[in-house]
Amino acid sequence: MFPDISIIRKDFPILDQSINGKPLIYFDNAATAQRPIQVIEKMNEFSLHTNANIHRATHTLANKTTEAFESAREIVRKFVNAQEPAEILFTHGTTESLNLVAFSFGEAFISSGDEVIVTEMEHHANIVPWQMMCERKGAILKAIPFADNGELRFDLLDSMITEKTKIIAVAHVSNTLGTVNPIAEIIALAHTKHIPVLIDGAQGVPHFKIDVLSLDCDFYAFSGHKIYGPTGIGVLYGKRKWLDRMPPFMGGGEMIDRVTFAKTTFNQLPYKFEAGTPNYVGAIGLAAAIEYLETLDIQSIAAYEHKLLTEATSRLKQIEGLMIYGEAPQKAGVVSFNIEGIHPFDLGTLLDQLGIAVRTGRLCADPVMDHFGVENMVRASFSFYNSFDEIEVFYKALIRLKSMF
Amino acid sequence: MIKNRKKMTIDEIQKEIVDEFSGFEDWMDKYSYLIEIGNELSPIDPKYKIEINLIRGCQSRVWLHQEFIGGKIIFEAESDALIVKGLVALLLRIYSGRSPKEILASEPRFIDEIGLRQHLSPTRSNGLLAMVRQMKLFAMAYEKISEKK
Repeated sequence: MFPDISIIRKDFPILDQSINGKPLIYFDNAATAQRPIQVIEKMNEFSLHTNANIHRATHTLANKTTEAFESAREIVRKFVNAQEPAEILFTHGTTESLNLVAFSFGEAFISSGDEVIVTEMEHHANIVPWQMMCERKGAILKAIPFADNGELRFDLLDSMITEKTKIIAVAHVSNTLGTVNPIAEIIALAHTKHIPVLIDGAQGVPHFKIDVLSLDCDFYAFSGHKIYGPTGIGVLYGKRKWLDRMPPFMGGGEMIDRVTFAKTTFNQLPYKFEAGTPNYVGAIGLAAAIEYLETLDIQSIAAYEHKLLTEATSRLKQIEGLMIYGEAPQKAGVVSFNIEGIHPFDLGTLLDQLGIAVRTGRLCADPVMDHFGVENMVRASFSFYNSFDEIEVFYKALIRLKSMF
Repeated sequence: MIKNRKKMTIDEIQKEIVDEFSGFEDWMDKYSYLIEIGNELSPIDPKYKIEINLIRGCQSRVWLHQEFIGGKIIFEAESDALIVKGLVALLLRIYSGRSPKEILASEPRFIDEIGLRQHLSPTRSNGLLAMVRQMKLFAMAYEKISEKK
């Protein structure tokens, strides 16, 4: 049976520690997943022996670094099945990827009175950049609502699209509700009206095998640190036909072809969008994380994580006064909840005393908090290195803490 | 209780709090006690539970109201999180009804001494650190006003 947790956990030495005298139970994977030793060693080895700036010099270390960086790009390309490496842009994370599209796509294609559609369940990073762009351009931001069970009201999308709609930006998986959105259907519908679709895949990539070619999305964004890679590195996949027509997001460094004070011409894809020295160590770490994931088989990971989620959900439901937010039929990775009469901050503080790490707060999703009329939530999020035993400890901890109030 | 407090200095009360907490054998008792005194704290007058008095942490909210009467600052405060409310109650116990000079001259070191220092770290973003800062700012302002008089 997949997976043998005890073997997998050996790859993640950070998990083997005590917090406040209790064995660490790490249930904050949707914020940052832990890195396996293979990733850490790859990055260390690179920093110890190779480190030099890329694409800029002829010396051996610079060449080796450039080669490693570009081979990381190729590994990412294969991972998401993009047509060519030039469609894979390295960014600092999903947030930058989303800002890049909102800015550059907005500059090229959006004018006053145009419309952008997002959803009510987006992370702030897939709302605010669009809002900023809309304000600049005098465009309108609309949000597809979700039902109280967390399911996206896909049925409303068709009527929300107008001839002014220029782009639709949707989370693959909600970071708060765990809802897996019907992105294939959204893309198909949008494309019948020639509207491009961006997928915020920050919470999608950790749980699903992504194939941008068969999905036919126009943009797909994700982060390294949510798929067992380092922080500060992210990816934007974009179809060449859009990227070629979009102006650069930032100026300087690698994105330049030729600069004079009269006019600057820009480098070709992907470099046009990679201004300044990129986080090449991060890119190499991300590639190592992808290679690690591929040894595990992402399908069985997803199945196992889903079992963890199902078990956690059914355990939580046995707790009186506990309310789960988001119970869409298609759900992955996270379970957000509140216990009546207990502030999430208090619960998070006390769980930490028991060595259990969860996320508490507004989860970077104010509109979701507003939908349910709550100030905060507690979120537990699972990875393949978590176990059923940990869920049992978590359940018992909640029962015990509840009695303190 | 109030009479008693007037006789004690801020540091004496801090010592008293530390003594109270020293009796607890494990963290659960300690937090249970914080929750208890949080529950016992009289709620802030609803007319003061307004935006302008809100000290916004990322996760828990703290409302702080103050009045300057007879050379002393009277603080009222509340939080929506009980553990924070418990700590708020302790802060009120040492700082409310004191002169600006007394407030400025003293740090709430008892929080560290009862092993709850993490609640004052900036990363907790629970509004407590901001509350202490805010109390000191009021003290500074009222001290200036008193000097002018």
